[in-house]
Amino acid sequence: METRIQVVAIVAAVALLLIVLELVRRRRLMERYALLWLFSATVILALAIWQDALNEIAQLMGIISAPNALFFVAVGFILLLLLHFSAAMSRLSDQSKVLAQRQAILEQRVRELESGAPLPVEASHQHREPTFARR
Amino acid sequence: MLVRYAAVGRSRAVRRRNFRTRHTSYRPVHRYPYLKCLAVVPAYNEQASIARVIGTIREHAPGFDVLVVDDGSTDATHERAEATGARVLRLPYNLGIGGAVQAGFTYALEHGYDRMAQVDGDGQHDPHQLDRLMATMAADPSIDVVCGSRFLTHDYRYPAPISRRTGIHIFAFILSRIMRQRVSDPTSGFRLYNANAIALFARDYPHDYPEVEAVLMVHHHRLRMVEVPVRMFVRNGGVSSISSGKSAYYMVKVLLALFVGLARRRPVPEPGDIAPVAAEQGI
Repeated sequence: METRIQVVAIVAAVALLLIVLELVRRRRLMERYALLWLFSATVILALAIWQDALNEIAQLMGIISAPNALFFVAVGFILLLLLHFSAAMSRLSDQSKVLAQRQAILEQRVRELESGAPLPVEASHQHREPTFARR
Repeated sequence: MLVRYAAVGRSRAVRRRNFRTRHTSYRPVHRYPYLKCLAVVPAYNEQASIARVIGTIREHAPGFDVLVVDDGSTDATHERAEATGARVLRLPYNLGIGGAVQAGFTYALEHGYDRMAQVDGDGQHDPHQLDRLMATMAADPSIDVVCGSRFLTHDYRYPAPISRRTGIHIFAFILSRIMRQRVSDPTSGFRLYNANAIALFARDYPHDYPEVEAVLMVHHHRLRMVEVPVRMFVRNGGVSSISSGKSAYYMVKVLLALFVGLARRRPVPEPGDIAPVAAEQGI
């Protein structure tokens, strides 16, 4: 691999590492989400420095030019991160759904209590046996 | 002149009496006083029809408490609903029909309801027929879900565009194969649930376009569902949640949910398990 592109790759990976660490330090990024970023940056940095490993990987995957293997690995990490965010987003939207439902139920309860209307019996605590069937 | 009026009046009275006698099977009384019943009315911007829907439920299904779930409407839906004296859950933002109905399930579970019915706020479901759903469930205690189907009657054609009906029939075909039971209208939201089904769906209910997936969940949890023929009206007011542009998305999304749902060995965690997504800590 040419030295110039190696330098560019190393600088980019180091910059990414530093930015992620700085964001974590300022509490703008939770450690939970930073870990995957740090891991990808470290792997890319390692491959950029350690030429032989990169050449080996390129050969294994049938990639003629070693820098392309680096890009391939980087793209793989990007896809992984995006998937990770989709999963995180699903979790958040599910959590916010539950939150909205609970909030609405509580709000209704508060309104009912404030209005002094008769409260529905919490029958979950006192199960009523069927007394008679008028059919 | 006077005589003619009297004659007209009498004939009207006779006609009305005949109408009543032809409908003796239906009496607007609560026949199941030992059951706590809740009618959940999910409504999103339904100010035009919500009061009438509540009124019809009160009139035709007097045993049901009415709970309107205002799904983040931007119009006067909740004011109109509260004016009728119904209980209203106001969701802070639009969750979609699945989230709104699940709020109803949670409410029903926490207030110990024995039966919960879903009656859409747009007026397309006929509360008149809640009685029929109740009777079906009362006739067989092993039934957990009674679903009102538009396609079991031949005297009434549901006036939906052909594309939508085709979609419904595709889902119906797939579900019928999976469940080894005829399912004619899996997209119908007009359903009655017993306490088992309420507990299941309060725990986990599909997000958007939930009806078809809910049928699959019923099957996976070995609950029993039957269909009864019902009439449905064309919606009168508001905008359907499924516009024509969205129906392709609807088809694909529900099909994905169906086939992925099939691959889930344990679709929903039992009490004590890790929550599916919501409370999970990872990622």
